[in-house]
Amino acid sequence: MTRDAIKDLILEIIEDIDEDADFDSLQSDKPLRDQLDLDSMDFLDIVMELRKRHKLQIPEEDYPELATLDSCVNYLEPLLADA
Amino acid sequence: METQLPRIVITGVGLAAPNADNLKTYREKLLNGISEITEVNLRYFGKAPAGICTFQETRYRKKKENKRGTRAGCFGVYCANEALVDAGLDIEHYQRSRIGVYVGLTEHGTVETENEVFNISQYDYNVDYWTHHHNPRTVLNNPAGEITMNLGITGPHYSIGAACAAGNASLIQGVQMMRLGEVDMALAGGISESTGSFGIFASFQAQGALGSADDPRKACRPFDNSRNGIVVSEGACIYVLERLESALARNAKIYAEIVGYGMNSDARDYVLPFHERQAECMELAMKRAGVGPEDIDIINTHATGTKQGDIEECKAIEQIFGKSKKTYINNTKSIIGHAMGAAGVLELAGNLPAFEDNMVHPTINCHDLDPACYLQNMVFDKPVELDSVNIILNNSFGMVGINSVIIVKKYQ
Repeated sequence: MTRDAIKDLILEIIEDIDEDADFDSLQSDKPLRDQLDLDSMDFLDIVMELRKRHKLQIPEEDYPELATLDSCVNYLEPLLADA
Repeated sequence: METQLPRIVITGVGLAAPNADNLKTYREKLLNGISEITEVNLRYFGKAPAGICTFQETRYRKKKENKRGTRAGCFGVYCANEALVDAGLDIEHYQRSRIGVYVGLTEHGTVETENEVFNISQYDYNVDYWTHHHNPRTVLNNPAGEITMNLGITGPHYSIGAACAAGNASLIQGVQMMRLGEVDMALAGGISESTGSFGIFASFQAQGALGSADDPRKACRPFDNSRNGIVVSEGACIYVLERLESALARNAKIYAEIVGYGMNSDARDYVLPFHERQAECMELAMKRAGVGPEDIDIINTHATGTKQGDIEECKAIEQIFGKSKKTYINNTKSIIGHAMGAAGVLELAGNLPAFEDNMVHPTINCHDLDPACYLQNMVFDKPVELDSVNIILNNSFGMVGINSVIIVKKYQ
Protein backbone atom coordinates (compact mmCIF):
# COMPACT_ATOMS: atom_id res chain seq x y z
CA MET A 1 0.00 0.00 0.00
CA THR A 2 1.38 3.40 -0.94
CA ARG A 3 1.90 6.19 1.60
CA ASP A 4 -0.98 8.11 0.06
CA ALA A 5 -3.23 5.06 0.23
CA ILE A 6 -2.36 4.58 3.91
CA LYS A 7 -3.14 8.23 4.57
CA ASP A 8 -6.51 7.81 2.82
CA LEU A 9 -7.19 4.67 4.83
CA ILE A 10 -6.64 6.49 8.13
CA LEU A 11 -8.79 9.43 7.07
CA GLU A 12 -11.51 7.06 5.89
CA ILE A 13 -11.51 5.30 9.27
CA ILE A 14 -11.69 8.63 11.10
CA GLU A 15 -14.56 9.72 8.86
CA ASP A 16 -16.36 6.50 9.75
CA ILE A 17 -15.98 7.40 13.42
CA ASP A 18 -17.00 11.04 12.93
CA GLU A 19 -18.55 12.02 9.65
CA ASP A 20 -18.35 15.68 10.68
CA ALA A 21 -14.53 15.53 10.95
CA ASP A 22 -12.98 18.45 9.06
CA PHE A 23 -9.75 17.51 7.28
CA ASP A 24 -9.33 20.79 5.37
CA SER A 25 -6.85 22.33 7.76
CA LEU A 26 -5.40 19.09 9.10
CA GLN A 27 -1.62 19.28 9.55
CA SER A 28 -0.11 15.86 9.03
CA ASP A 29 2.77 16.41 11.46
CA LYS A 30 0.59 17.56 14.36
CA PRO A 31 -1.27 15.22 16.76
CA LEU A 32 -4.64 14.16 15.36
CA ARG A 33 -6.25 14.51 18.79
CA ASP A 34 -5.28 18.19 18.97
CA GLN A 35 -6.98 18.92 15.68
CA LEU A 36 -9.98 16.62 15.54
CA ASP A 37 -12.73 15.63 17.96
CA LEU A 38 -11.02 12.37 18.91
CA ASP A 39 -10.37 10.79 22.28
CA SER A 40 -8.78 7.60 23.55
CA MET A 41 -11.85 5.49 22.73
CA ASP A 42 -11.78 6.79 19.17
CA PHE A 43 -8.12 5.77 18.92
CA LEU A 44 -9.06 2.28 19.96
CA ASP A 45 -11.65 2.36 17.16
CA ILE A 46 -8.85 3.12 14.71
CA VAL A 47 -6.80 0.22 16.07
CA MET A 48 -9.84 -2.09 15.81
CA GLU A 49 -10.59 -1.04 12.25
CA LEU A 50 -6.99 -1.72 11.20
CA ARG A 51 -7.33 -5.16 12.79
CA LYS A 52 -10.61 -5.86 11.01
CA ARG A 53 -9.58 -4.52 7.62
CA HIS A 54 -5.94 -5.69 7.47
CA LYS A 55 -5.54 -8.20 10.31
CA LEU A 56 -3.03 -5.89 11.98
CA GLN A 57 -2.39 -6.58 15.65
CA ILE A 58 -0.93 -3.34 16.92
CA PRO A 59 0.62 -3.80 20.38
CA GLU A 60 -0.38 -1.25 23.00
CA GLU A 61 3.19 0.05 23.35
CA ASP A 62 3.02 1.11 19.71
CA TYR A 63 -0.14 3.22 20.06
CA PRO A 64 1.90 6.47 20.32
CA GLU A 65 3.06 5.76 16.74
CA LEU A 66 -0.48 6.59 15.63
CA ALA A 67 -0.41 10.10 17.07
CA THR A 68 -0.08 12.08 13.83
CA LEU A 69 -1.06 11.32 10.28
CA ASP A 70 2.62 11.25 9.28
CA SER A 71 3.57 8.93 12.12
CA CYS A 72 0.66 6.63 11.19
CA VAL A 73 1.98 6.39 7.64
CA ASN A 74 5.56 5.81 8.80
CA TYR A 75 4.49 3.11 11.23
CA LEU A 76 2.00 1.34 8.96
CA GLU A 77 3.99 1.48 5.68
CA PRO A 78 6.13 -1.60 6.38
CA LEU A 79 3.19 -3.46 7.96
CA LEU A 80 0.98 -2.83 4.92
CA ALA A 81 3.70 -3.32 2.31
CA ASP A 82 1.89 -6.31 0.82
CA ALA A 83 -1.62 -4.96 1.28
CA MET B 1 -47.03 12.99 58.46
CA GLU B 2 -47.29 12.44 54.71
CA THR B 3 -49.29 15.62 54.20
CA GLN B 4 -46.20 17.53 55.35
CA LEU B 5 -44.01 16.05 52.64
CA PRO B 6 -43.02 18.33 49.76
CA ARG B 7 -45.52 18.16 46.90
CA ILE B 8 -43.97 17.00 43.62
CA VAL B 9 -45.29 18.05 40.24
CA ILE B 10 -44.63 17.21 36.61
CA THR B 11 -43.61 20.30 34.66
CA GLY B 12 -42.11 18.88 31.47
CA VAL B 13 -42.61 15.87 29.19
CA GLY B 14 -40.25 14.60 26.49
CA LEU B 15 -41.16 11.45 24.61
CA ALA B 16 -40.58 9.23 21.65
CA ALA B 17 -43.33 6.70 20.97
CA PRO B 18 -43.96 4.39 18.02
CA ASN B 19 -46.49 6.90 16.70
CA ALA B 20 -45.13 10.30 17.79
CA ASP B 21 -42.08 12.27 18.93
CA ASN B 22 -43.94 14.83 21.04
CA LEU B 23 -46.85 14.88 23.47
CA LYS B 24 -49.27 16.86 21.30
CA THR B 25 -49.06 14.51 18.31
CA TYR B 26 -49.03 11.51 20.61
CA ARG B 27 -52.25 12.60 22.33
CA GLU B 28 -53.98 13.26 19.02
CA LYS B 29 -53.06 9.81 17.74
CA LEU B 30 -54.14 8.09 20.97
CA LEU B 31 -57.50 9.88 20.92
CA ASN B 32 -57.99 8.72 17.35
CA GLY B 33 -56.68 5.23 18.03
CA ILE B 34 -53.96 5.57 15.41
CA SER B 35 -51.42 2.78 15.72
CA GLU B 36 -48.22 2.78 13.74
CA ILE B 37 -47.04 -0.63 14.84
CA THR B 38 -44.99 -2.04 12.01
CA GLU B 39 -43.01 -5.18 11.26
CA VAL B 40 -39.34 -5.76 12.02
CA ASN B 41 -37.07 -8.40 10.57
CA LEU B 42 -34.62 -9.58 13.19
CA ARG B 43 -31.39 -11.48 12.81
CA TYR B 44 -31.94 -15.23 13.48
CA PHE B 45 -35.59 -14.62 14.40
CA GLY B 46 -37.32 -13.27 11.31
CA LYS B 47 -40.37 -11.03 11.14
CA ALA B 48 -42.52 -9.85 14.01
CA PRO B 49 -44.84 -6.92 14.78
CA ALA B 50 -43.01 -4.17 16.67
CA GLY B 51 -43.24 -0.51 17.62
CA ILE B 52 -40.40 1.50 16.09
CA CYS B 53 -39.84 5.19 16.85
CA THR B 54 -38.93 7.95 14.46
CA PHE B 55 -37.46 11.06 16.05
CA GLN B 56 -34.71 13.60 15.42
CA GLU B 57 -31.81 11.57 16.73
CA THR B 58 -29.22 14.28 16.09
CA ARG B 59 -31.27 17.18 17.44
CA TYR B 60 -29.38 17.31 20.73
CA ARG B 61 -26.12 15.48 20.05
CA LYS B 62 -23.85 14.59 17.17
CA LYS B 63 -24.13 11.43 15.14
CA LYS B 64 -20.67 10.50 16.43
CA GLU B 65 -22.03 10.36 19.98
CA ASN B 66 -25.01 8.29 18.86
CA LYS B 67 -22.65 5.78 17.23
CA ARG B 68 -20.50 5.57 20.32
CA GLY B 69 -23.41 5.29 22.75
CA THR B 70 -26.51 3.13 22.75
CA ARG B 71 -29.95 3.42 21.20
CA ALA B 72 -31.26 3.74 24.76
CA GLY B 73 -28.84 6.61 25.39
CA CYS B 74 -29.96 8.28 22.18
CA PHE B 75 -33.59 8.03 23.33
CA GLY B 76 -32.64 9.38 26.73
CA VAL B 77 -30.77 12.40 25.40
CA TYR B 78 -33.60 13.31 23.04
CA CYS B 79 -36.36 12.94 25.62
CA ALA B 80 -34.48 14.65 28.47
CA ASN B 81 -33.75 17.68 26.30
CA GLU B 82 -37.31 17.76 24.99
CA ALA B 83 -38.63 17.59 28.56
CA LEU B 84 -36.46 20.53 29.65
CA VAL B 85 -37.53 22.58 26.63
CA ASP B 86 -41.16 21.70 27.36
CA ALA B 87 -40.68 22.76 30.99
CA GLY B 88 -39.25 26.08 29.84
CA LEU B 89 -36.14 25.39 31.89
CA ASP B 90 -32.79 26.77 30.83
CA ILE B 91 -30.34 24.34 32.34
CA GLU B 92 -27.55 26.93 31.99
CA HIS B 93 -29.11 28.71 34.95
CA TYR B 94 -29.68 25.63 37.03
CA GLN B 95 -27.42 24.10 39.65
CA ARG B 96 -26.52 20.91 37.84
CA SER B 97 -25.26 19.14 40.94
CA ARG B 98 -28.80 19.31 42.33
CA ILE B 99 -30.46 17.44 39.46
CA GLY B 100 -30.99 13.67 39.65
CA VAL B 101 -31.50 11.44 36.62
CA TYR B 102 -33.50 8.25 37.25
CA VAL B 103 -34.22 5.96 34.31
CA GLY B 104 -36.42 2.90 34.46
CA LEU B 105 -35.28 -0.08 32.41
CA THR B 106 -36.72 -3.51 31.83
CA GLU B 107 -33.33 -4.68 30.62
CA HIS B 108 -30.21 -3.11 29.20
CA GLY B 109 -27.21 -4.45 27.35
CA THR B 110 -29.06 -7.27 25.63
CA VAL B 111 -29.01 -5.55 22.23
CA GLU B 112 -25.36 -4.55 22.53
CA THR B 113 -24.26 -8.02 23.63
CA GLU B 114 -26.18 -9.76 20.85
CA ASN B 115 -24.67 -7.39 18.30
CA GLU B 116 -21.17 -7.98 19.58
CA VAL B 117 -21.50 -11.77 19.58
CA PHE B 118 -22.70 -11.50 15.98
CA ASN B 119 -19.74 -9.21 15.21
CA ILE B 120 -17.14 -11.70 16.44
CA SER B 121 -18.96 -14.51 14.64
CA GLN B 122 -17.69 -12.77 11.49
CA TYR B 123 -14.13 -13.30 12.80
CA ASP B 124 -14.35 -16.95 13.82
CA TYR B 125 -15.35 -15.93 17.36
CA ASN B 126 -11.92 -14.39 17.99
CA VAL B 127 -12.46 -12.11 20.99
CA ASP B 128 -9.68 -9.81 19.80
CA TYR B 129 -12.48 -8.33 17.69
CA TRP B 130 -14.79 -7.68 20.66
CA THR B 131 -15.35 -3.94 20.95
CA HIS B 132 -13.87 -1.77 23.69
CA HIS B 133 -17.24 0.03 23.70
CA HIS B 134 -18.98 -3.02 25.15
CA ASN B 135 -18.59 -2.19 28.84
CA PRO B 136 -19.54 1.51 28.77
CA ARG B 137 -22.48 0.63 26.56
CA THR B 138 -23.77 -2.17 28.75
CA VAL B 139 -23.25 -0.90 32.29
CA LEU B 140 -26.73 -0.58 33.73
CA ASN B 141 -26.46 3.16 34.33
CA ASN B 142 -25.67 3.71 30.64
CA PRO B 143 -28.85 5.45 29.43
CA ALA B 144 -29.06 7.74 32.47
CA GLY B 145 -25.31 8.40 32.27
CA GLU B 146 -25.52 9.39 28.62
CA ILE B 147 -28.15 11.99 29.62
CA THR B 148 -25.86 13.45 32.29
CA MET B 149 -22.89 13.63 29.89
CA ASN B 150 -25.00 15.39 27.29
CA LEU B 151 -26.47 17.93 29.71
CA GLY B 152 -23.49 18.34 32.03
CA ILE B 153 -25.58 17.19 35.00
CA THR B 154 -23.35 16.31 37.96
CA GLY B 155 -26.04 15.12 40.39
CA PRO B 156 -26.77 11.41 40.84
CA HIS B 157 -27.79 9.22 37.94
CA TYR B 158 -28.76 5.58 37.87
CA SER B 159 -31.15 3.07 36.42
CA ILE B 160 -34.10 1.51 38.12
CA GLY B 161 -34.40 -2.13 37.06
CA ALA B 162 -37.98 -3.18 37.62
CA ALA B 163 -38.97 -5.13 34.50
CA CYS B 164 -42.06 -3.58 32.94
CA ALA B 165 -42.92 -1.79 36.17
CA ALA B 166 -39.73 0.27 35.81
CA GLY B 167 -41.15 3.44 34.28
CA ASN B 168 -43.44 4.08 37.23
CA ALA B 169 -40.67 2.97 39.59
CA SER B 170 -38.37 5.70 38.24
CA LEU B 171 -41.02 8.34 38.92
CA ILE B 172 -41.37 6.99 42.44
CA GLN B 173 -37.60 7.19 42.88
CA GLY B 174 -37.62 10.79 41.64
CA VAL B 175 -40.41 11.75 44.04
CA GLN B 176 -38.64 10.07 46.96
CA MET B 177 -35.26 11.67 46.28
CA MET B 178 -36.85 15.11 46.00
CA ARG B 179 -38.79 14.63 49.19
CA LEU B 180 -35.60 13.57 50.95
CA GLY B 181 -33.94 16.76 49.72
CA GLU B 182 -31.28 14.81 47.83
CA VAL B 183 -32.00 16.76 44.64
CA ASP B 184 -33.99 19.85 43.65
CA MET B 185 -35.12 18.60 40.27
CA ALA B 186 -35.42 15.17 38.74
CA LEU B 187 -35.37 13.90 35.21
CA ALA B 188 -37.26 10.65 35.64
CA GLY B 189 -38.74 8.25 33.14
CA GLY B 190 -38.14 5.06 31.25
CA ILE B 191 -36.49 3.82 28.10
CA SER B 192 -36.74 0.73 25.90
CA GLU B 193 -34.48 -0.32 23.05
CA SER B 194 -35.76 -3.90 23.22
CA THR B 195 -36.85 -4.09 19.57
CA GLY B 196 -33.17 -4.49 18.67
CA SER B 197 -32.89 -7.83 20.46
CA PHE B 198 -33.85 -11.06 18.70
CA GLY B 199 -33.57 -12.81 22.07
CA ILE B 200 -36.40 -10.83 23.61
CA PHE B 201 -38.73 -11.71 20.73
CA ALA B 202 -37.59 -15.33 20.72
CA SER B 203 -38.10 -15.64 24.48
CA PHE B 204 -41.66 -14.26 24.30
CA GLN B 205 -42.33 -16.63 21.42
CA ALA B 206 -40.96 -19.60 23.34
CA GLN B 207 -43.25 -18.61 26.18
CA GLY B 208 -46.25 -18.48 23.80
CA ALA B 209 -46.64 -14.80 24.54
CA LEU B 210 -45.64 -12.98 21.36
CA GLY B 211 -48.54 -11.19 19.69
CA SER B 212 -49.23 -11.62 16.00
CA ALA B 213 -51.74 -10.64 13.31
CA ASP B 214 -51.78 -10.23 9.54
CA ASP B 215 -51.88 -6.47 10.10
CA PRO B 216 -49.21 -5.58 12.68
CA ARG B 217 -51.40 -2.71 13.92
CA LYS B 218 -53.87 -5.32 15.11
CA ALA B 219 -51.35 -7.58 16.81
CA CYS B 220 -51.78 -6.11 20.30
CA ARG B 221 -55.35 -6.92 21.40
CA PRO B 222 -55.74 -6.51 25.17
CA PHE B 223 -59.00 -7.92 26.60
CA ASP B 224 -60.06 -9.43 23.25
CA ASN B 225 -60.87 -13.13 23.10
CA SER B 226 -58.42 -13.56 20.22
CA ARG B 227 -55.49 -11.88 21.98
CA ASN B 228 -52.30 -13.90 21.58
CA GLY B 229 -49.51 -11.94 23.21
CA ILE B 230 -47.24 -8.95 23.49
CA VAL B 231 -46.08 -6.54 20.78
CA VAL B 232 -42.56 -5.42 21.66
CA SER B 233 -41.91 -1.69 21.20
CA GLU B 234 -39.05 0.68 21.67
CA GLY B 235 -39.63 4.13 23.09
CA ALA B 236 -38.94 6.51 25.91
CA CYS B 237 -40.46 9.19 28.06
CA ILE B 238 -38.65 11.50 30.48
CA TYR B 239 -40.41 13.88 32.88
CA VAL B 240 -39.17 16.98 34.62
CA LEU B 241 -40.18 16.72 38.28
CA GLU B 242 -40.05 19.76 40.54
CA ARG B 243 -41.26 20.68 43.99
CA LEU B 244 -44.55 22.52 43.79
CA GLU B 245 -43.16 25.71 45.30
CA SER B 246 -40.28 25.80 42.79
CA ALA B 247 -42.68 25.31 39.91
CA LEU B 248 -45.02 28.01 41.20
CA ALA B 249 -42.12 30.40 41.82
CA ARG B 250 -41.15 30.31 38.17
CA ASN B 251 -44.76 30.23 36.97
CA ALA B 252 -44.25 26.86 35.30
CA LYS B 253 -46.92 24.92 33.45
CA ILE B 254 -47.96 22.09 35.77
CA TYR B 255 -49.17 18.93 34.07
CA ALA B 256 -50.04 17.08 37.25
CA GLU B 257 -49.11 16.43 40.84
CA ILE B 258 -47.86 12.97 41.79
CA VAL B 259 -50.05 12.33 44.81
CA GLY B 260 -49.69 8.60 45.33
CA TYR B 261 -47.61 5.61 44.50
CA GLY B 262 -47.24 1.99 45.44
CA MET B 263 -44.77 -0.80 44.79
CA ASN B 264 -44.79 -4.39 45.95
CA SER B 265 -43.80 -7.92 44.95
CA ASP B 266 -45.81 -11.04 44.15
CA ALA B 267 -43.18 -13.36 45.67
CA ARG B 268 -44.72 -16.14 43.63
CA ASP B 269 -43.84 -16.73 39.95
CA TYR B 270 -41.22 -15.74 37.36
CA VAL B 271 -43.68 -14.63 34.70
CA LEU B 272 -47.30 -14.92 35.84
CA PRO B 273 -48.80 -11.80 37.41
CA PHE B 274 -51.02 -12.07 40.49
CA HIS B 275 -54.17 -10.04 41.01
CA GLU B 276 -54.11 -10.06 44.80
CA ARG B 277 -50.75 -8.28 44.98
CA GLN B 278 -51.78 -5.95 42.13
CA ALA B 279 -54.89 -4.98 44.07
CA GLU B 280 -52.80 -4.40 47.18
CA CYS B 281 -50.46 -2.20 45.18
CA MET B 282 -53.34 -0.05 43.89
CA GLU B 283 -54.74 0.21 47.42
CA LEU B 284 -51.34 1.23 48.76
CA ALA B 285 -51.10 4.00 46.17
CA MET B 286 -54.63 5.21 46.91
CA LYS B 287 -53.93 5.21 50.64
CA ARG B 288 -50.85 7.36 50.10
CA ALA B 289 -52.85 9.68 47.87
CA GLY B 290 -55.67 9.84 50.41
CA VAL B 291 -58.26 8.88 47.80
CA GLY B 292 -60.80 6.11 47.32
CA PRO B 293 -62.01 4.20 44.24
CA GLU B 294 -64.76 6.75 43.51
CA ASP B 295 -62.12 9.49 43.25
CA ILE B 296 -60.28 7.82 40.36
CA ASP B 297 -61.51 9.05 36.96
CA ILE B 298 -59.24 6.98 34.72
CA ILE B 299 -57.35 3.75 35.24
CA ASN B 300 -54.75 3.26 32.55
CA THR B 301 -54.25 -0.49 32.53
CA HIS B 302 -51.00 -2.34 32.07
CA ALA B 303 -52.69 -5.15 30.07
CA THR B 304 -50.30 -6.39 27.41
CA GLY B 305 -52.56 -8.70 25.45
CA THR B 306 -51.55 -11.98 27.09
CA LYS B 307 -54.25 -14.47 28.13
CA GLN B 308 -53.49 -14.68 31.83
CA GLY B 309 -51.99 -11.22 32.38
CA ASP B 310 -55.07 -9.33 31.22
CA ILE B 311 -57.39 -11.49 33.33
CA GLU B 312 -55.31 -11.02 36.48
CA GLU B 313 -55.29 -7.24 36.13
CA CYS B 314 -59.03 -7.09 35.43
CA LYS B 315 -59.67 -9.23 38.52
CA ALA B 316 -57.60 -6.82 40.59
CA ILE B 317 -59.42 -3.79 39.19
CA GLU B 318 -62.85 -5.40 39.62
CA GLN B 319 -62.02 -6.21 43.24
CA ILE B 320 -61.37 -2.55 44.08
CA PHE B 321 -63.27 -0.55 41.49
CA GLY B 322 -66.18 -2.88 40.75
CA LYS B 323 -68.63 -0.52 42.44
CA SER B 324 -67.11 2.73 41.24
CA LYS B 325 -69.41 4.03 38.53
CA LYS B 326 -67.17 7.04 38.03
CA THR B 327 -63.99 5.19 37.02
CA TYR B 328 -63.20 4.69 33.32
CA ILE B 329 -60.72 2.13 32.02
CA ASN B 330 -58.41 2.34 29.01
CA ASN B 331 -55.27 0.76 27.59
CA THR B 332 -52.48 2.45 25.65
CA LYS B 333 -50.52 -0.67 24.64
CA SER B 334 -53.27 -1.60 22.19
CA ILE B 335 -52.10 1.43 20.18
CA ILE B 336 -48.33 1.65 20.83
CA GLY B 337 -47.38 -1.88 21.87
CA HIS B 338 -45.39 -2.70 24.97
CA ALA B 339 -42.54 -0.25 25.44
CA MET B 340 -41.15 -2.27 28.34
CA GLY B 341 -39.20 0.02 30.71
CA ALA B 342 -40.85 3.03 29.09
CA ALA B 343 -44.35 1.54 29.14
CA GLY B 344 -45.60 3.03 32.40
CA VAL B 345 -44.31 6.53 31.73
CA LEU B 346 -45.34 6.62 28.06
CA GLU B 347 -48.81 5.39 28.97
CA LEU B 348 -49.11 7.96 31.75
CA ALA B 349 -48.00 10.70 29.36
CA GLY B 350 -50.68 9.69 26.89
CA ASN B 351 -53.31 10.26 29.55
CA LEU B 352 -51.99 13.44 31.22
CA PRO B 353 -53.67 15.73 28.66
CA ALA B 354 -57.01 14.37 29.93
CA PHE B 355 -56.70 16.93 32.72
CA GLU B 356 -57.15 19.59 30.05
CA ASP B 357 -59.43 17.98 27.46
CA ASN B 358 -61.42 15.67 29.81
CA MET B 359 -61.17 12.88 27.24
CA VAL B 360 -60.42 9.21 27.89
CA HIS B 361 -58.45 7.82 24.97
CA PRO B 362 -59.77 4.51 23.67
CA THR B 363 -58.44 0.98 23.73
CA ILE B 364 -58.32 -0.42 20.20
CA ASN B 365 -58.38 -3.93 18.71
CA CYS B 366 -60.91 -5.33 21.17
CA HIS B 367 -64.03 -6.36 19.25
CA ASP B 368 -64.85 -9.56 21.09
CA LEU B 369 -64.41 -8.83 24.77
CA ASP B 370 -63.26 -11.76 26.89
CA PRO B 371 -65.94 -12.03 29.62
CA ALA B 372 -63.15 -12.67 32.13
CA CYS B 373 -61.83 -9.18 31.32
CA TYR B 374 -65.17 -7.38 31.61
CA LEU B 375 -65.10 -4.17 33.63
CA GLN B 376 -67.67 -1.43 33.58
CA ASN B 377 -66.74 1.79 31.76
CA MET B 378 -64.09 0.26 29.51
CA VAL B 379 -63.42 2.65 26.66
CA PHE B 380 -63.16 1.01 23.23
CA ASP B 381 -62.53 2.41 19.76
CA LYS B 382 -63.77 5.98 20.35
CA PRO B 383 -62.68 8.41 23.06
CA VAL B 384 -65.16 9.25 25.82
CA GLU B 385 -65.57 12.77 27.12
CA LEU B 386 -66.10 13.12 30.87
CA ASP B 387 -67.43 16.13 32.76
CA SER B 388 -64.04 16.48 34.36
CA VAL B 389 -60.89 14.44 34.91
CA ASN B 390 -59.11 15.07 38.19
CA ILE B 391 -57.27 11.88 39.13
CA ILE B 392 -55.60 9.18 37.00
CA LEU B 393 -54.22 5.87 38.23
CA ASN B 394 -51.52 4.23 36.13
CA ASN B 395 -50.79 0.49 36.53
CA SER B 396 -47.54 -1.27 35.63
CA PHE B 397 -46.56 -4.84 36.36
CA GLY B 398 -43.48 -6.83 35.48
CA MET B 399 -41.79 -10.20 35.41
CA VAL B 400 -40.52 -11.90 38.52
CA GLY B 401 -43.51 -10.38 40.26
CA ILE B 402 -43.07 -6.62 40.54
CA ASN B 403 -45.92 -4.13 40.63
CA SER B 404 -45.91 -0.33 40.52
CA VAL B 405 -48.77 2.13 40.58
CA ILE B 406 -48.70 5.90 40.19
CA ILE B 407 -51.59 8.25 40.96
CA VAL B 408 -51.54 11.75 39.51
CA LYS B 409 -53.91 14.60 40.21
CA LYS B 410 -54.83 17.64 38.21
CA TYR B 411 -53.21 20.71 39.76
CA GLN B 412 -55.67 23.51 40.34
